[in-house]
Amino acid sequence: MSAHESTTLRWIRAAVAVFLKDWRSELRTRYAMSALVMFVVTTISIILFSLGGEGASPEVLAGMLWVVIFFAAMSGLSRTFVMEEERGTGMTLQLLTPPGAVFAGKLLFNLVLGAGLTLLTVVLYAFFINGFIVRTLSIFLITITLGSIGLAAASTIIAAIIARANTKGTLYPVLSFPILLPLLMTVINATRLASDGAPLGEATGEFQILISYIVVVITVSIMLFEYIWKD
Amino acid sequence: MALQLATHGLRKAFNRRMVFENVDTAVCEGETLLIAGRNGSGKSTLVKILCGVLSPSKGSVTIDGTGPLNDFTRMELFGLVSPYLQLYDEFSAMENLQLASALRGLRGDVREHEGLLERVALDPGRRDPVHGFSSGMKQRLKYALALAHHPRILVLDEPMSNLDADGTTIVRGIMKEQRTRGILVVATNDLSDIDVFEHKVDLNVRA
Repeated sequence: MSAHESTTLRWIRAAVAVFLKDWRSELRTRYAMSALVMFVVTTISIILFSLGGEGASPEVLAGMLWVVIFFAAMSGLSRTFVMEEERGTGMTLQLLTPPGAVFAGKLLFNLVLGAGLTLLTVVLYAFFINGFIVRTLSIFLITITLGSIGLAAASTIIAAIIARANTKGTLYPVLSFPILLPLLMTVINATRLASDGAPLGEATGEFQILISYIVVVITVSIMLFEYIWKD
Repeated sequence: MALQLATHGLRKAFNRRMVFENVDTAVCEGETLLIAGRNGSGKSTLVKILCGVLSPSKGSVTIDGTGPLNDFTRMELFGLVSPYLQLYDEFSAMENLQLASALRGLRGDVREHEGLLERVALDPGRRDPVHGFSSGMKQRLKYALALAHHPRILVLDEPMSNLDADGTTIVRGIMKEQRTRGILVVATNDLSDIDVFEHKVDLNVRA
């Protein structure tokens, strides 16, 4: 095995180790999962009570679905970096693992957590909210997949930035909102198309925007992460 | 080949607050560098810079005349024990050792890790999380973590903190052994922590 291959293999092993560490830690502490589940259940209950059995337009319901997902993500996806800082293990990680592997592991963790969050929200929303109908399933599935990837990618780098700040709790949604706004507008639009029963081809523009957003966010994150993580 | 760790005109300032400047030193394999200074003089800051987790404001750290090192080379070379290096409290001692190996991109050897835990007088069979450990036991575990990858440069910041008499004896043995296989760097304001040293950086005169 060449030295380059060996370094690449070690890098991958280190990234997987970061992911598994966070996952095992989460299973033992249930810190982020509890926050996410409680937030989703509470928010959907409030929406349910406020609608009072009356339906709302597909546009409103599509928007509300992503409002729930956005704020739930804000309450849970930042934990991965904030916990390292709060417990003082950030420096341990800096000493043991290359910055790129840390970012890749944390991103992978947030992707899995974000996917679980989206799935839970969609299932509860579809079950309890009267009038939320998906007529074009393909558009909806692609939208929630790309949406949760974009949300996890942006949340990961924002979490890395705010983990170093003193006002972590309040700064996270404030900093996230402008960065996530293009993503939210696009997924709300695509979800509305899925509710309206639009053909798959009509949502191509939205999918292109979402894929571009994901590529840009991940590329910029990889370029910036070392500067955010060190010092 | 004999290893050499050197600093060239190191300077560190946080915003406008100068911590130290013009730190020049060189230490070779088989030697010990003592970093001395009162509280707040920048000992831990210098340790972090040496280990590559903090960047200097000016100057550089070189290994055998070259630097900066790539991440894996740096991680292989350095082992660090310090009060601000925290363990993953929800995992057991063995899990922390296995995790450290995995985070370095290495395959952890369970038997070797058991031997390391025995060396620092911790029970390898103990499966309870580290948050139940005393501060002295945590300090011992930090030594096991720092030695797990056989570092050629062992950096000890306040090496005896929280240790009892037995722990102190173990650490003196580790320090003695490190001098035979690499470089030892000790940052302390208690000179009784260290038996012998060849080089000294006194941050009191630079602060």
